[in-house]
Amino acid sequence: MTAPRRAVLGPFRPAPQPPAPGHRLLPEALARPSLGALVGLVAVVAFFGVESPGLLSTGGLASVLDIASLLGIGSVAVAVLLVAGQFDLSIGVISVASSLVTALLVSEAGWGIWPALAVSLTAALLMGAVNGLLVVSTGLPSFLVTLATFLVLQGTSLAVASAVAGTSRVGGLGAAAGWESARRVFGATLQVGDGRFRVALLWWVLVTALAGFLLWRTRFGNAVFASGGAPQAARELGVPVARTTVLLFLGTAAAGWLIGTLGLVRLRGVQVDPVLGSEIQYLVVAVIGGCLLTGGYGSAVGAALGSLLYAVASQGIVLAGWDPRWFQVFLGVLLLLALLANSIVRRRLLAVPRS
Amino acid sequence: MSTALGSAAVPAVAPLLELRGVTARFGSVAALSRVSLTLRAGEVTCVLGENGSGKSTLVALLSGLQRHDEGELLLDGQAVRFRTPGQARAAGIATVWQDLAVAPVMSVWRNFFLGAEPTRGVWPFRQLDLDAARDTTVREMARIGVTGIDPDAPASALRAGERHSLAIARALHFGARALVVDEPTAPLTVAQHALVLESLVAARGRGLAVVFVTHNPQYAHLVGDHYVLMAHGQVASNLTRDDVDVEDLTRLLAGGDDLRRLTETLRQLHPDLPR
Repeated sequence: MTAPRRAVLGPFRPAPQPPAPGHRLLPEALARPSLGALVGLVAVVAFFGVESPGLLSTGGLASVLDIASLLGIGSVAVAVLLVAGQFDLSIGVISVASSLVTALLVSEAGWGIWPALAVSLTAALLMGAVNGLLVVSTGLPSFLVTLATFLVLQGTSLAVASAVAGTSRVGGLGAAAGWESARRVFGATLQVGDGRFRVALLWWVLVTALAGFLLWRTRFGNAVFASGGAPQAARELGVPVARTTVLLFLGTAAAGWLIGTLGLVRLRGVQVDPVLGSEIQYLVVAVIGGCLLTGGYGSAVGAALGSLLYAVASQGIVLAGWDPRWFQVFLGVLLLLALLANSIVRRRLLAVPRS
Repeated sequence: MSTALGSAAVPAVAPLLELRGVTARFGSVAALSRVSLTLRAGEVTCVLGENGSGKSTLVALLSGLQRHDEGELLLDGQAVRFRTPGQARAAGIATVWQDLAVAPVMSVWRNFFLGAEPTRGVWPFRQLDLDAARDTTVREMARIGVTGIDPDAPASALRAGERHSLAIARALHFGARALVVDEPTAPLTVAQHALVLESLVAARGRGLAVVFVTHNPQYAHLVGDHYVLMAHGQVASNLTRDDVDVEDLTRLLAGGDDLRRLTETLRQLHPDLPR
C-alpha cells in the first residue's frame, strides 16, 4: 500500500510504473517468465559469437533460425499447454503420423496434396481430441495418457508404413496435384547472401504471436493460466477448465501437424523414425523458456527465446568444430539450471503473503 | 410448469432463492438431505454447523458448483438448475469462497474478472478490455477501503488481508442479487472480520439476499436475521433473531448432543418452529 493512488486513469495506460523501489522489483521480474531464457540467449550468443564467428554470418543465422523455427512451433504449443498444467508427449509422433497420412494418400491413393493435407489435419485434431478428452474425463496425468497415445501412434505408423509402402520412408510427392502451391505455402525459401531462409520461420512467428495474443489478451488465456495455476479457484469461478484443456490438446496436435507438413514438403516425403526425441526437446525448450512444470506460469515469447537459445547452442557447437555430442551435455546442464531458476520463481510466487 | 407451480405456491412476493427438499449426493453419500430453505432479499441468513454438516455443499449448490439430485432450487419462484458457477453469477449470485478462489500467480485484475472477463471487439479479434478491467478492479477495491494497489501485480504480492478484500470486492461487484459468503479458513484479524461483516450488512442494505456460513456465533448473531443450523446434511433448526441470543447460538454450535437437546427445548418453547 505504498504506491500513490492514481487520480485519473486515462484511456491509455502509461507503460512504466513510477519506480517504487524495493518490493516492486520482484513482481516486475516475476511477471516475465522469459527473462531467464533472454539472459541465457545473450550469454550463448556472446560465447559462440567469439568461439565460432561463422554463426553471426547470414548463413549461420539462416541455419540457426531454421532449427529454431520447427522447434519453436512445437515448443510454443507445449508451453501453452504447460501453462494449463498439462503435457503432451505425443506431439512429435502426431507430426510424423499426420505427414505419413498425407504422404500415403498422395503416393498410394493418388490424391492431390491439399485434400490429403486436410484429411491429415483432421486426423491430427482427432488425436488431439482423444488426448484431451481422455485427460479431462479420467483425471489421469496427461504425461501418462499421452505416453499411451504416443506408443499406439508410433507402432501404428511404423506398421502401416511398412505394410502399405513396404518401407519406413514414403517419398515421391513432387508429382502430386497442387504440389507447387503447397510448396509455396510450406516450403518457400528466400536466398539472402549465403543464407537460405525458409518460410517455416514465418509460421513460427505467426504461431508464437497467436499464442501470445491468446495467452495475454483473451478470456481463453485467462482460463489457461487459471486452469494450471489454481484449478480449484478456476472451478469455483466457473472457468471452463475441461473445454480449455481439450482445446489446448487440439492446439498441440495442430502444431504437430504443421511441423510434420513443413518437414514433409521440405523432404518431399516422410521418414517414420522410431525414436522418442522431439517431444522431450519441446518440453526442455518450454522449461528453459520459463514454464513451470506445475502449471500456471509461462509465456510464448519465452518458448521462442528458448528455441533460439537451443538453436544457437547446437549450431555453435557444430560450427566451433566440437563433437556435437557435447550438445546434449550442454542441454542437460541448461535444463537443470532452468529447473532450479524456475523452482526459485515458484517459491517466490507461491510464498505465503505477509499479513 | 415450474412457473405455474411457483406462483401458485407463493402468495405475495416469491423469495429470491428457495430450496425445496433438496438432496445432493456424492456417490451414495448424501451431503445434503431434503434441505428446505428460504432466502429473502434484504435478509442475512447465517448457516451454522459442524464441519461436514453440509454447509460447504450448500454453498456449492447455491453457487452452481454442485448440482442437486432431488428437490428444487427456485430463483424468484422459478425452478433453476445452474450447470456452472458462471450461470449462477450471471443470475446475480456471487460467492466468497472458503479458500477465496484467488490464483496466486495471476495479476490482481485477472483474478478479479476470472471467468467473467470484459471483452471488446468482434471475434476473431475479440480481446480483453484491459483498461476497463484494471479501472474497475482499482475502483471496486477502493470501495471497500483498499487503495494504492497495482492491478498488474500478481495476487501473491498482496497481503493476506488484501487478498481477502479482493475476494469480497469481486463478489460485491458480481453479486447483483445474492451474496454467499463462506467464512475463509485462513485466520483473519479483527479488522478483516469487520470487513466481512460490513460487506454483509452493506449487501443486505442494497437489498441482496445474503448467506453467511460461519463458525462464530458472536458474528452470526451480530449480523444475522435468520440462523440455519445444519447437522448431518440436514437442517437441524431454522431460527430467527427473536428465538435466540448469543449464548443459545454458542451452545447450539457446540454441536452433537447439546445441539439435539437444545433443538428439542426450542421446539417445546416454539411449537411453530419450521422443521
